[in-house]
Amino acid sequence: MKKNTMSYKIGQYTIFAGPATILFIGVVVLPFIYGLYLTFTSWDGVSVEKPFVGLENYIAAAQDAVFWQALGRTAFYTVIAVIFVNLVAFGLAYLVTSGIKGQNFFRAGFFIPNLIGGIVLGYVWKFVFNRALVSIGQAISFGPLSTSWLATPDGAMLCLIIVSVWQYAGYMMLIYVAGFMSVSKSLMEAAEIDGCTQSQATFYVTVPLMRSSFVQCLFLTLTRCFMVYDVNLSLTKGEPFGSSVLAAMHVYNQAFTYRRYGTGQAEALILFIVCAVVGITQVYIGKKGEVEA
Amino acid sequence: MTENEKAARKKVISHAIMMVILIVVFILFIFPFLLVVINVFKSNGDITSNPLSLIGEHGFTTANFPEAMKSMDFLVVFRNSLIVTTTSTVLTLLVSSMAAFVIVRNKWKACALLFAGMIASMVIPFQVLMIPLVSLYGGIFGVLNSRITLILMHTGFSVSMATFMFHGAIHTNIPLELEEAALIDGCSRWQTYWKIVFPLLKPTIATVAIIDAMAFWNDYLLPSLVLARKELYTIPIATQAFYGTYSTDMGLVMAALLLAMLPILILYLFLQRYIVEGVTSGAVKG
Repeated sequence: MKKNTMSYKIGQYTIFAGPATILFIGVVVLPFIYGLYLTFTSWDGVSVEKPFVGLENYIAAAQDAVFWQALGRTAFYTVIAVIFVNLVAFGLAYLVTSGIKGQNFFRAGFFIPNLIGGIVLGYVWKFVFNRALVSIGQAISFGPLSTSWLATPDGAMLCLIIVSVWQYAGYMMLIYVAGFMSVSKSLMEAAEIDGCTQSQATFYVTVPLMRSSFVQCLFLTLTRCFMVYDVNLSLTKGEPFGSSVLAAMHVYNQAFTYRRYGTGQAEALILFIVCAVVGITQVYIGKKGEVEA
Repeated sequence: MTENEKAARKKVISHAIMMVILIVVFILFIFPFLLVVINVFKSNGDITSNPLSLIGEHGFTTANFPEAMKSMDFLVVFRNSLIVTTTSTVLTLLVSSMAAFVIVRNKWKACALLFAGMIASMVIPFQVLMIPLVSLYGGIFGVLNSRITLILMHTGFSVSMATFMFHGAIHTNIPLELEEAALIDGCSRWQTYWKIVFPLLKPTIATVAIIDAMAFWNDYLLPSLVLARKELYTIPIATQAFYGTYSTDMGLVMAALLLAMLPILILYLFLQRYIVEGVTSGAVKG
């Protein structure tokens, strides 16, 4: 057999993995390396030359107060959104696995927001906040509702959080549902025979065994919220007065609006590192205490 | 009342409470969609004066649809989205399942390196790659503004995750004996792959196809950076452009938003079970 010759190996690899390798390198590896190089230049996006400027972009990023503000705002938004997404998702998962009538219908229904892109969702909610809620508020003369929440900085942030919770809760619910179903019913029954109420059995037996679902949902919501762009663009567009510009939008503007590609890329890298460190730490801590059934 | 009756009664009450909570939350969940559906049949004036009324003062109208379809170029945009999504999805499925096959079945250094690189790359968010992507392919190679570039980029970004999932499926679900039998019967590796392995990967193919097709269909950022020519726009970019131009006429906006949501909602109506299953198994393995 010719199985071990070099030409056989190269041939097999090229036929089967060649296209994947080329696409992966062309779209991910090359831009990643080129991006590192860009952070050391002061390219404006148009000119042929890319003047080398050393660490200037990183210094500019470190001194960019607007960037750090956006990053802080993103961290705040992420923490609140992650907490509420997971609370709502877990609650819904508990309800739709309790053997209630029509649970499949509810599962399918709560998932609907995930089918639709962030741009469209953002505009739908913009209508809700700007028109529908205002109209309700004026009809019942209830002060806090009679002007649009999107018009104030705090309100815009609240709107972003509400939409994110609404958008992701259904998806995370599905993961928690899978978690609930993976815990064997006999364990619950054993706990109930030992005198637990149903809710005690849920919280002391089922939940600890679902730890991997929690780790996974937290990781997914954390990374998604940290990098959110679509909803931010359509719902608030960073308004009012740039008070709701989240980190990803700031990076986008830095490069494609102000044409500071080097600084933008340096800030994108900082954003990525922060996000990766938080995500990986969370997974590490979460996995460490996993319980074996 | 016996203990059993008490317990049964308690169960009925707790189920009733849970049902009420679920129904309330469900209504809150679909409230935004309901609003769009209600207002799409009203004129702009009626929407402004009362967005909550079921039927506007000036009555029921379907005039918003043809106008929105025309100014959004909906049929063209829909076709563009369809072409980009299906081609990218099929390409991702072929390219990554083949790569996964050679990676699982051979202990070669190149395979290990590729697979490690792919896994590591899964933590990199798109925002880190978008600026160099634009400057490389726009500035240096000048190949932006083409549908083929968008399709190849979509595929390139999803190939890591897809290869990872096919890797798991081939590793655990495809018995080596089958391939050995095929080899003895005179099949080449290529034939073995297409006749034996690929058909057995159906469940994973479905999962990957659903996850990636949804992601491609809804993606905004990458297409917005790649496509500048209006006749190539996909639904999300067209929606964004439409809102920029017509944001004062809410009737048209409602129609455009509904049109943008309709295709995938209709699909969900028929494939709901598969989509929910696909998304769940994709998330749990990923």
